[in-house]
Amino acid sequence: MSDDSGYSSRVAMPMRTRTAVGGAREVTEALLSSGDRKKKVRGIIFVSILLLGLTTALLAIAAMITWAFIAGWPRLDLSLFTNVPSVVLPENAGYRTAILGTLYVIGGVILLIVPLGVGAAIYLEEFANPRNPFNRFVDLNIQNLAGVPSIVFGILGLAFIVRGPLSLGFVAAAGSLTLALLVLPTVILASREALRAVPSSIRDGSLALGATVWQAVSKQVLPAAFPGVLTGVILAVARAIGEAAPLLLVGAVTFVTFDPSFFEGGYSTLPTMIYSYAKRPQDELQTLAAAGVVVMLVLLILINSVAIYLRNRFERTW
Amino acid sequence: MTSRKKLAVVAGALGMSLVLAACGGSDSSSETAAEDTTATAEETAAEVVEEATDAAGGELTGAINLDGSSTVGPLTEVAAELFMGQFPGVPTTVAISGTGGGFEKFCNGETDGNNASRQIKDEEIANCEANGIAYDNITVANDALTILVNQDNPVQCITVEQANQIWGDGSTVATWGDVDGLDIPADFASTPIALYGPGTDSGTFDFFTEVINGEEGSIRIDYTSIGEDDNAAVQAISGDVGAMGYVPFTYYQESLDLVKGLEIDGGNGCVAPEAANVSNGTYSPLGRALYVYASDVALSRPETVEFFNFYINNSDQIAEIAGAVGLTPEQKEEQLAKVASLSGS
Repeated sequence: MSDDSGYSSRVAMPMRTRTAVGGAREVTEALLSSGDRKKKVRGIIFVSILLLGLTTALLAIAAMITWAFIAGWPRLDLSLFTNVPSVVLPENAGYRTAILGTLYVIGGVILLIVPLGVGAAIYLEEFANPRNPFNRFVDLNIQNLAGVPSIVFGILGLAFIVRGPLSLGFVAAAGSLTLALLVLPTVILASREALRAVPSSIRDGSLALGATVWQAVSKQVLPAAFPGVLTGVILAVARAIGEAAPLLLVGAVTFVTFDPSFFEGGYSTLPTMIYSYAKRPQDELQTLAAAGVVVMLVLLILINSVAIYLRNRFERTW
Repeated sequence: MTSRKKLAVVAGALGMSLVLAACGGSDSSSETAAEDTTATAEETAAEVVEEATDAAGGELTGAINLDGSSTVGPLTEVAAELFMGQFPGVPTTVAISGTGGGFEKFCNGETDGNNASRQIKDEEIANCEANGIAYDNITVANDALTILVNQDNPVQCITVEQANQIWGDGSTVATWGDVDGLDIPADFASTPIALYGPGTDSGTFDFFTEVINGEEGSIRIDYTSIGEDDNAAVQAISGDVGAMGYVPFTYYQESLDLVKGLEIDGGNGCVAPEAANVSNGTYSPLGRALYVYASDVALSRPETVEFFNFYINNSDQIAEIAGAVGLTPEQKEEQLAKVASLSGS
């Protein structure tokens, strides 16, 4: 932690945060629990609604994971990870090629979204003039893009990446690019929030000591915003890894028994395989689909745990 | 069922060698595992293997990619898996983006074959012609579209007219008693009919509406669309005594203990949805062919020709594993001729 000196007030700042959060909590609690009966009842209702929201979310996740484990139990073994798909002998089928395909596609997505997303966020947050109509237009579009249905990006990918100007063909790289476009707004928005959350005193202090804007951003602001950026990447990867619809359009196949490569040949991903198997008449394939859900969860946790480790390592509080 | 299991084991031996080869070459463990399975069903294995091993399979190289229908896709996946057991040098992939979506890519020259549960449409033909793609429809298996009802439903057989009365555009049939000429006990007549059918994107939908309602896409609007998930129809029908729906043969085969398949009367008496009736053509008008469209460009490559020949020749085994009905000897001959003429040999 040699660069700690950059955040000279590190010791003092967590206290400020604590005081601020604590103060807010106290005010809220005071408003909700003290005073007359009416306010107390309102407070209880408010807390109940919060808890209801939390339990609903947790129950849904728990139900899905439990279902996947129960339905997929007969197939949950190592061969599920190492065997290639087989429709002739589904009892022995595995997700090897789909796991590799997912890793290729998601690896490509991460490589693309981190520099592009962070770059865009830095420009919009640190350099662009927020009053410039063009910049505001860009800003608005990024927020709207975050809400565009994924299938639209699939069509876009088919027209411009698989065919058209890029003409990559139906390969894993095309899948990566398409999904990267899909989740880029998430990363940009999260990164901007992270940059905004860095106290301006750090920026100002750096500039006052003679640093250029770029030096202040790259040496001080960006490292401080890194955990927030990673949160954006985690969210983006979580969304990208579960996408099946746009990938079907840009060439993800449902049956491939050879290991994928990035720029050549067919590839598959876990969600496309799960989607395909879940609709089949054979019980074995439906079991396989459920087991695939578990594989996907494991993969997602593995990928994200790296990001979470990095985030915790760079975590700062003010 | 036992013969099917046996087949699965046989084919599995082929698949297994692939599986293990992918996991680190031909070390000793892969050989023993493959040996075990092969030994258990040696005779049948010989049958499957023999037919397509006239040439040394290992020498053929290249790559084949297929796309298209979700009804034919699983069948083609079985074909591809068995084919690669014979010809490991030809990586074959199968994608499922629907008959229509597949034709879009096929006519753009991006795929070697398109799985189709219906014939190619006019606008797709125009697209193929614009790109200079010549093609032919290769019949790879037969399917019996099966009308399903609940197992407690007393109806055994339905005529095309009755089915049309129920499913037709503007139909007001609400209970089983509303259908003319059905042989049902009086207490069942008041049971409401609940209808389940695939979404409008499905080739199965196109086919059913054409043969039952006389016009493709013509259907009453108040049925429950199950989208592309035929299992949903089976589940719904098994839980509702008045329910009715239609699914591809394979979904019926996998749920014989859950639902009842109705016999269909196309004017020549009641015919049950069974493989034999489909092969001999009496399961009319709901018997249909499943196609893979092949292009002349693709068939200019030897590995693609080999694949289609393999698919046709091994139609019985492939169809049995996938739950469809294999080709008759005449059909095989016909289709092999199509492949030969399209490949220009």
